[in-house]
Amino acid sequence: MPKVVTDVTCPFCGTLCDDLEVTVSDDNKKILSVRNACAIGAEKFNHTSLPGRVTRPRMRQPDGTFKEISYDEAIDWTANMLVKSKKTLMYGWASTSCQAMSVGHEIAEKVGGVVDNCATVCHGSSLIAIQDVGIPSCTLGEVKNRADRVVFWGCNPAHAHPRHMSRYSIFPRGFFTVKGHKGRKIYCVDCRYTDTARCADEFIQVQQGHDYELLNAFRTAARGEALPDVIGGVPKEKIYQVVEELKGGRFGVIFFGMGLTHTLGRNHNIDIAISFTRDMNDWMKFSIIAMRGHWNVTGSGQVLSWQYGFPYAVDLSRRTKARYQTGETTSVDLLVRNEVEACFNIATDPGAHFPIDAVVSMSKKPTVTVDPHINMSTEISDIHIPVAMVGVETGGCAYRMDNVPIETRKVVDAPDGMLTDVELLTKINARVDQLMGAQ
Amino acid sequence: MKTVTLTVKQAPELYLECENITPDTFAGKKADEIAQLPAYQGKEDTTLGEYFTIAGEAGATAAETQIILKGDCSKMKYIGIKMTAGEVIVNSSTDMYTGGWMKGGKLVVKGDVHSFCGLGMEGGEFLIEGNAGNYLGASYRGDWRGMQGGIIRVKGNVGSDVCTFMNGGELIVEGNADVHIATHAEGGRIVIKGDVNRRVGGQMVKGEVIVFGKIGLMMPGFKYIKDVDLEVDGTKARFAEHIGDLGERHPTRKGEPVYGKIFLKK
Amino acid sequence: MAEYLIKNGHVFDPVQHIKGDKKDIAIKDGKIVETSALSPAAKQIDAKGKSVMAGAMEIHAHVAGPKVNLGRWYRPEDKLFDSHKTPGMTRIEGGKSIPTVFKTGYEYARMGYTFAMEAAMPPLYARHVHEEIHDTPIIDEAALPVFGNNWFMLEYLKNHEIENNAAYVAWTLNQTKGYGIKIVNPGGTEAWAWGLNCLSVNDPVPYFDITPAEIITGLIETNEYLGLPHSIHIHGNNLGNPGCYQTTLDTLKLAEGFKAKNNFGRKQVMHQTHLQFHAYGGDNWGNFESKAKEVMDYVNKQDNLTIDTGNVTLDETTTMTADGPFEHHLGGLNHLKWANVDVELETAAGVVPYIYSPDIKVCAIQWAIGLELALYAKDPMRCFITTDHPNAGPFTRYPRVIKWLMSKKARDERLNTFKHTDKVIAATTLAEIDREITLYELAAMTRAGPATSLGLSKDYGGLKPGMNADIAIYNINPDKMPSDPEEIEKAFSGVACLFKDGKICVKDGIVVDNGNKRTFWVDVKVKPNKQVAHDVKEKFLKYYSVNEANYSVPDSYAPHPYVIAVDATQ
Repeated sequence: MPKVVTDVTCPFCGTLCDDLEVTVSDDNKKILSVRNACAIGAEKFNHTSLPGRVTRPRMRQPDGTFKEISYDEAIDWTANMLVKSKKTLMYGWASTSCQAMSVGHEIAEKVGGVVDNCATVCHGSSLIAIQDVGIPSCTLGEVKNRADRVVFWGCNPAHAHPRHMSRYSIFPRGFFTVKGHKGRKIYCVDCRYTDTARCADEFIQVQQGHDYELLNAFRTAARGEALPDVIGGVPKEKIYQVVEELKGGRFGVIFFGMGLTHTLGRNHNIDIAISFTRDMNDWMKFSIIAMRGHWNVTGSGQVLSWQYGFPYAVDLSRRTKARYQTGETTSVDLLVRNEVEACFNIATDPGAHFPIDAVVSMSKKPTVTVDPHINMSTEISDIHIPVAMVGVETGGCAYRMDNVPIETRKVVDAPDGMLTDVELLTKINARVDQLMGAQ
Repeated sequence: MKTVTLTVKQAPELYLECENITPDTFAGKKADEIAQLPAYQGKEDTTLGEYFTIAGEAGATAAETQIILKGDCSKMKYIGIKMTAGEVIVNSSTDMYTGGWMKGGKLVVKGDVHSFCGLGMEGGEFLIEGNAGNYLGASYRGDWRGMQGGIIRVKGNVGSDVCTFMNGGELIVEGNADVHIATHAEGGRIVIKGDVNRRVGGQMVKGEVIVFGKIGLMMPGFKYIKDVDLEVDGTKARFAEHIGDLGERHPTRKGEPVYGKIFLKK
Repeated sequence: MAEYLIKNGHVFDPVQHIKGDKKDIAIKDGKIVETSALSPAAKQIDAKGKSVMAGAMEIHAHVAGPKVNLGRWYRPEDKLFDSHKTPGMTRIEGGKSIPTVFKTGYEYARMGYTFAMEAAMPPLYARHVHEEIHDTPIIDEAALPVFGNNWFMLEYLKNHEIENNAAYVAWTLNQTKGYGIKIVNPGGTEAWAWGLNCLSVNDPVPYFDITPAEIITGLIETNEYLGLPHSIHIHGNNLGNPGCYQTTLDTLKLAEGFKAKNNFGRKQVMHQTHLQFHAYGGDNWGNFESKAKEVMDYVNKQDNLTIDTGNVTLDETTTMTADGPFEHHLGGLNHLKWANVDVELETAAGVVPYIYSPDIKVCAIQWAIGLELALYAKDPMRCFITTDHPNAGPFTRYPRVIKWLMSKKARDERLNTFKHTDKVIAATTLAEIDREITLYELAAMTRAGPATSLGLSKDYGGLKPGMNADIAIYNINPDKMPSDPEEIEKAFSGVACLFKDGKICVKDGIVVDNGNKRTFWVDVKVKPNKQVAHDVKEKFLKYYSVNEANYSVPDSYAPHPYVIAVDATQ
């Protein structure tokens, strides 16, 4: 009889929905259906039984093809690469468990690695901004229960976090928000009219690359000072109007994404959005939340922080200290400047996400990629080590976009003989010890 | 003043961390002792002597020590970091953190410098004959205490994030600047003789930015007040004075707010 | 297995009333035993000319959890030029005011501490707290879940439903693997979710319409109904404001008439934490003054209160607390980076860096107040030393605080070299106090006292045979006390030897073993309660943003648990 596993946490995006129901075959080997997930989340679970799934490590041959090797051979090759390299980029972590990250950090400290995660090409700008000005924020449940003014600035949850609006930000009826979306005013600020803008009461079209100026105008308006006629394509009357409407609410929140993190100024855009949020707390309650992308990039930031004090781009290459300087110890900079000798990717796909110069640089260095799937990174690596899918075939702790920790569950067995991230990293760690002890 | 000359004899495979190339570290040492000073590349512990030939000897104190670097230092990081006195002259471009946290003395780079140079500078003189990368004279990440004092002069152009969180000191740029100049500044003075792309004085609490060329787009939080005549770095001219950032908090003196200022040459 | 004999040390043990006599201490199988129980194979540790005490116990510090970690990662400058590796069995350490978890464990152990209580755990984030506790080496730890602004509690106590409230508290302790009832700014932090606050014990909470006084007394009743090892642990309303001592006295007075009911030897019904922040007089920063004497006069008269000091150490540090509105206020005063997180149905947290400068009159007065509290304490078993780490200063400054308490010369030297010394002396009474805390009193204030207050006195805080072998040996000789007070600070900065569970973990200040740290938590059994079960189910369905089944912390997060079972079904 198939069984239904309830309260399953979805391992895809930072919304980290934990109300999924997965129907599994009686022998625990196949996922039959997924309920409550969005289309992207459901697909993540369905991946487990896609044909062509790789279940053993593969090593690139001189002619460019891949040949299957054993886990032990892959582990030995990887450990040797790590021990030999003066400085290794150990990148990814955003789709694996906190328990796995911990083992990975132990290895990095021993072999002189730089541990970086997906924030480096995503919300790293937000983390930098928070380091400069702090952040007034709240958990997603507070938004659900109290928010009556919601602003989406440079983000499009309709596409990137599909259940966000129904679970937290627009539609839910909470303790103090029994009218649901009818009791909220929704604003969408973007350079183009998105599907999220369709759900908003007011859409403000900002000229691309002018969010910093526009937010400066919002702050200036909030202080009652004069403004030029048009800022970033938005007339000053509109700015004064929106600020007054926001002040008329009880609890406001700004959700933001790549529209701020990846346009001119990057961290400065979030910095000033946070400063605006802070200013607004003089009139009402106001918070701001980053729409984190990967389901556990936040977790990687947390584990790195309690172990070394920095949320990403942690340079452990001296082995006696942890250092951090985004722009120097970040993956793309290290690759483009050729400041690392080897690469270890896990639980993400830099081949798909990094600028092409960085990918070319990586392809010229000894590289190991740990991932359940064949992806763009595995195809430029020397070794591809597949592992059980975290959140589906093995559990572990994950952190939601608002830093709330939720457990992911094992729902099905992994294919026979496959290792989990924790098991693989533990074996690599042991082999590194052997090699370094022999030196 | 006694002089130590370091000549590059091999380029590092990656980048060499040269935090020990400062008058303070060299003071009281002879060439062979200096050659033994540690240098680093990732987990490789090496010495200055592996990458430089070293001649001469240092003075008894930092103030009496002059260091001259010859050869290509464009992959050397941290040169002159935290120096309190003395002189360092580099005859090529340098990499990151050159002159970081400098407290005194004189540092000259006859080429370009990369990013994060002059970070948190407290005093001394830093002369860059070429261009500078990003974060020149800025604060370290997260620190609200940026450049405190000293003077940086750049003959070429500078990049972005110039003097973020500046509290004091002076920067003079003969060429152009990119974006985010004096963001979050609470003091200090920046002079740019060329053009600035955008975003001057964003979230500025106090301080002065003087631009001789054009600003691509003025922040909406800055308001034109009046024209003034100023003498800046030996040049007399008429400037349009703007106060701001009006979206930011400002201290008050005798009940009146004290604003940051942008002077734009007319 | 391992046997040790600590020979010839000067023992300070308030449990057995040993005040520095030379006595041998025997260790076998992780416990302190009679010396006669040892075999000849026992290893000898020479403690001649040294002081021997039980491992110290930190009763209140912010060392593990979401706001601590936020403080870490949003302050990279806290680790600039500071991250390092020390000799020994250590990982990389870093963080001046908010140490990383590795540094936290090692530094406490190097100072002779064997236990730390994480002061405030937001139940929704309990998993995070336990992940950090798990990664913190050597020291045993526990965490106090916060209840003072919890929606369930506000509704039950409005109707004085003690039994229901108790069932809910028991459920939460079980779900979060928590230790006891922490209260922070009762009612005020729920008000803060709307940008408001409760600044006196009588200010009603918006919507929930219950006062802080009702919350506090209701939770005292709940705590004694359950018979928990620790009492309520409270950070009262109006923290940090000139004149707040009145609110403090109002808060403390709420404990009058209550008696402790428990099987753990605990005698207090209320532990007031970081009292320094709550002992201010005057009504503005200009006439700001110490009311430590007035507050301690009251505390000394009651026998059902314990306190900890919250000493200011005059460092750059980071403030962090569940008193959200206070942090917003502080950020407005010093304009530094303010971080805030409101937590649905439960609490909030705020973080702001702060520099306690000796040049600022108010900071110097705060420093004096913290010391006055300890020096006025009549019963050192009821007054404990803390810095509310990192709020008033990093815990690594304990040796310096001890120096000031044990040496009038040291504190006078500090007092007389402030920029505004005259104004500081005029606003405080520290200059008139001659008392110097003795080593015996110190042992009470940092070992036996906290252990008793926490309900752990059966096995911890003393050197009686049968107790756990958590022992610290310091390089300080009571027969030859140093004339230079700096030597006191030095002696307490690095133990000669630290035993944890009978294993040597630190030798001459160097970590030689990471031990087998345990997570302490309290498992309370109550009668099945249909109302509470229903309320929990309903609130998760309608108001929480996670599912009820995903709320609890599984056993894998506390792989070495020390579970204290409490039966409250009678």
